[in-house]
Amino acid sequence: MNDTLTAGFDDPVAGAQRCFRAVLDAMARPGRIETIGGVAPPEPLGIAAGAVLLTLTDHETPLWLDPAAAAARQWLAFHSGAPTAADPATATFALALGLPDLTRFAAGTHEGPETSATVVVQLPSLTGGTALRLRGPGIETTALLAPAGLPADFPAIWQRNRGLFPAGIDLILCAGADLAALPRTVGIEEA
Amino acid sequence: MTDKSPTDAPNAARKRWMAVLARAGANAIAARLEGIGEIPAFVRLRGPEIGLAMARGRTGGGGAPFNLGEVAVTRCTVRAEGGPIGHAYVTGRDARHAELAAQVDALMQDASRAAELERSVIAPLEAAETVRRATIAAKAEATKVRFFAMRNMRT
Repeated sequence: MNDTLTAGFDDPVAGAQRCFRAVLDAMARPGRIETIGGVAPPEPLGIAAGAVLLTLTDHETPLWLDPAAAAARQWLAFHSGAPTAADPATATFALALGLPDLTRFAAGTHEGPETSATVVVQLPSLTGGTALRLRGPGIETTALLAPAGLPADFPAIWQRNRGLFPAGIDLILCAGADLAALPRTVGIEEA
Repeated sequence: MTDKSPTDAPNAARKRWMAVLARAGANAIAARLEGIGEIPAFVRLRGPEIGLAMARGRTGGGGAPFNLGEVAVTRCTVRAEGGPIGHAYVTGRDARHAELAAQVDALMQDASRAAELERSVIAPLEAAETVRRATIAAKAEATKVRFFAMRNMRT
């Protein structure tokens, strides 16, 4: 047995509820940055990525884990009970350090768009990168988000994902304790 | 899910002491631990938290499984400082019981303490449980109706 296992949320019920609310607000207002606390995930997970996965995953949601984040597998499995998805296409949730190839994940179907995967992407920072202009539901006019660590052709990649609507991948961007969401409905162009 | 419970599995010994701890009460474990002297500090990894588990039975003891009903289960996981991780699942809603059982489970995995704990905690608790069961069995036995004897009376 690995003896490096650490605790989950300081307060499991309130912690998960606060995090759920933060994810809900971030999804409803794309571009808005929410801050989460109350959990100390093991390396390489940041506070936000760890909290989101503990909040959203359970024994019914296969989780695909970036091989670079394998050190966090035991912690996630113990606290969430989520099974491991060896094939990204079967995963309901995914954790990636840096933007993965989005076409590898389940995008859902027109009959069942809710079966698509939600990908948690951990980045170095949600500020100070290339500025992206967001439009769409939940944004009155436009919103600006400048996450660092996304590839330069991200707007083009996102355009292909958005073309699948109503199917498509939802992204949750995490950096440290901060998170922002890019639901499939949002339109992205370089600012 | 399988219903197998191999007794020769590598975890058979741990299974035994976890079962003994789960059937003992919080006060009984605490009283036994008092005689142990210095025990390390523990970090709570999960819980103690209360949940429900579905208890299943078999019709006639060996037939098809059916859902008997839900039971409250309290679980807890602790880590002894710098040491192994202890788990406990106990029926009921006694958080202290689950935590104490998890602590003893963690200590039992420390080879330098296991023998002493076995002697002064696990074995006495197991003996008390055996006595308790024997008492219940004896009381039940006294009320048993002997149909064979009744048939003999009529002839």
